[in-house]
Amino acid sequence: MHQKDYYITASCRISNQVIHKDRQKIFEDNKPSLTDFLLSAYDHFGFQYPKFYKMDTLSKLGWLASEVLLKNSFPQLHYKPEEVGIVLSNSNASLDTDIKYFDSTKEFASPSLFVYTLPNIITGEICIRNKFKGENAFFIQERFDADFIKQYAGYLLNNNILQCCICGRVDVIQEDYEALLVLIEKSGTGNHVLFTTENIQSLNQK
Amino acid sequence: MDTLLSDLKKQIVEQLNLQDVKPEDIGDEQPLFVEGLGLDSIDALELIVLLQQHYKIKLANADEGPKVFYSVKTMADYIRTHQQKAV
Repeated sequence: MHQKDYYITASCRISNQVIHKDRQKIFEDNKPSLTDFLLSAYDHFGFQYPKFYKMDTLSKLGWLASEVLLKNSFPQLHYKPEEVGIVLSNSNASLDTDIKYFDSTKEFASPSLFVYTLPNIITGEICIRNKFKGENAFFIQERFDADFIKQYAGYLLNNNILQCCICGRVDVIQEDYEALLVLIEKSGTGNHVLFTTENIQSLNQK
Repeated sequence: MDTLLSDLKKQIVEQLNLQDVKPEDIGDEQPLFVEGLGLDSIDALELIVLLQQHYKIKLANADEGPKVFYSVKTMADYIRTHQQKAV
């Protein structure tokens, strides 16, 4: 089936202690640890979501990226909950939390860490926050594969399984981290670029 | 103030990562779940771990959970009862 044109109407990238929204640097903080950086960003943007404190680092990173991505960019009223979905990937799955959980089992296994020992929990956190009920998927890949993400999300949009999709990568292992989320819609906005493999790769390098 | 109650409040805030709650803001008889402090089922498991970790008490009967973890005061009463039994 011919894939129609879809649009990247917003993007958020978090890496190297900097947050970019639509390619513009909107936050920077040289906090030594990732956890401190994420808490600092949470405070800076004035988010109010106590559950954030309980999330593991991977979910904190993905949740924060989704909040920045959607803030002032997402026309929530245009979509029914089941029309919005999420397609994410990373290379390290939930290994960062798996190791912390394993360490906790040496004394008292932590139930609150255990619930984050799957990488797709992050999609659940974003869905719960925004009341999204559409298809969601989380893929583990050796390297970020923009073409795969483009094909998979494109299929969901082409077949009207979704009308809007959040795609990208969210990865954490110890102090190494990367997040890139893009908002894909069927209609463009003033700031849109075409949803192509090259444009995703370009955003991933900025 | 009762030391056990104040210790429990600090331990609950720490164990459950309630960074937006101060221990002194938790009422002795304030419900911990739903309409009170808003804890959830995972928090309930963490409270069971807290009892084991800090007070060496295992919740023998899971059905007792809602009564034991109703408030900080009911937790303190349960701890005192079991510590007396252990003496």
